[in-house]
Amino acid sequence: MKRSIPILIASLSGMVLVLAFFSPRTESWSEAVVDWFNVLAAIAFILGAGSLLKVQLVKISSRSPGWAYAAITLAAFLFTLLVGLFKVGTVPSDKFPTHVWTGDYEAPQATFGWIYLYVMSPLTATMFAMLAFYVASAAFRAFRAKNLAAILLLSAAFLVLLGRTAAAGFLTGWFPEPLEALKLDNLVDTMLVYVGTPGSRAIVIGIALGVAATSLRVLLGLERPYLGGGGGNG
Amino acid sequence: MIRFLQNLDRRWIFLAMGLAVAVPILLQLRFPESVGSKARDTFAAIESLPEGSKVLLSFDYDPASEGELQPMANAFVHHAASRGHKLYFMALWPLGSQKVKETVDAILKPHHPSYVEGRDYVLLGFKAGNEGVIKVATTSLPQAYPTVDGGSQFGEVPMLAGISNLSAMDLVVSVSAGYPGTKEWVQYFVSAFPGERLVSGTTGVQAVNFYPYYPKQIVGMLSAIKGAAEYEVLVNEKYPGGDGKPIPLLLEGQRRMGPQLTAHLLMIVLILLGNLVYFVTRGSDARGGRR
Repeated sequence: MKRSIPILIASLSGMVLVLAFFSPRTESWSEAVVDWFNVLAAIAFILGAGSLLKVQLVKISSRSPGWAYAAITLAAFLFTLLVGLFKVGTVPSDKFPTHVWTGDYEAPQATFGWIYLYVMSPLTATMFAMLAFYVASAAFRAFRAKNLAAILLLSAAFLVLLGRTAAAGFLTGWFPEPLEALKLDNLVDTMLVYVGTPGSRAIVIGIALGVAATSLRVLLGLERPYLGGGGGNG
Repeated sequence: MIRFLQNLDRRWIFLAMGLAVAVPILLQLRFPESVGSKARDTFAAIESLPEGSKVLLSFDYDPASEGELQPMANAFVHHAASRGHKLYFMALWPLGSQKVKETVDAILKPHHPSYVEGRDYVLLGFKAGNEGVIKVATTSLPQAYPTVDGGSQFGEVPMLAGISNLSAMDLVVSVSAGYPGTKEWVQYFVSAFPGERLVSGTTGVQAVNFYPYYPKQIVGMLSAIKGAAEYEVLVNEKYPGGDGKPIPLLLEGQRRMGPQLTAHLLMIVLILLGNLVYFVTRGSDARGGRR
């Protein structure tokens, strides 16, 4: 029973969504399933938060290596949650100027909005920007023309690196009309359209077939990763 | 020299990359942009719509991808507003709704003061559910968004009156950094309404995944900062700011192409140097082995 009911729910929901795609009469059923998904996703947020708390608290109480990071994570999580829930620092809306809680918690004046604007936003942008440094280091140490495949990959990389910048204009912009196709930016386009796209299409079709096969197994209850334990036929 | 390169501390590489990015920014280097066909198609998709058309802009990204995507988001909004289109903003990413508000505050309010919220533009906000949101909105937009950002009921917003689903939109613009994003718009919107038009502004790493959809399912496509810079050129040419000069925020894409050029050149130099070290040391190792 513990396994049968979740499998039944998953199969029914999947079948309804498949049916709704082909039959306009059943479209409203799929909307109901999506509504349920949203309700469950909201509950999953609570479970996720509980799991985060548990893991970090265990780390702190056992003083395991890096426990200070766990403490920072916990403090940041609780602080952000509380200032968001209690709308700390919000400016009341124009409609209800005497009611503080009518304010927008995402506005820059609110503490939650301030955290997003001046902590979250710069931090995530910085993390992404730091990739440039690691890629540069990897370029020096790892990209070796060891064999034909590596030479082709490096040639394509050089073409894209030059063709996607103003260097393309400086180096080949002066090419006469008959050599138009050899301009770097045109070469990059040609490579993407005639080499990259067919390869990408083949991969997409392969993935789609794999997803269809796996989905069918999930709908039939043969594959059940959502029950934990890695799924399989067990 | 080879020994120095062989034992090169990675911090020198980090310093070189830092300088390669910082110097063009500090010197405000800008280079001429040649506009490609994808940017032209993107421009034409918005330009060819009659004034007052309904354009849905889905901001499916967060601050991590802001460097690449914000310049094109700014340009999309300025272009569509300059053409007098009705703008419907939504987000499939939680932080996307913040990006919408930032873009409205930076572009729409100062440069298009005649635009009134609820009449000319509406913030539908973020909705959890990933592609499920698109799926529901293709059959019923009010069901996907019973309330809009700010708390108003769907029916209370004048410009939402009479809109039952996404087929009412004349164009959808997806500014996308990953899942859910452009791919889901193709799968659940364009597939549901094959005649509908979708434009995508996307990061460089996932652009190649969308090439198979262009130009049929995706009628215009901007990839990475290069795409944004090309599109900015077209938008600035036709729709400069009030003083006849380009709006400074609509030069961001072109400005970021400067550091991109120097960083790319540095990468090429580093790859060549790395291979030089590899081949020289491999040759001497082989000779040493034979001895």
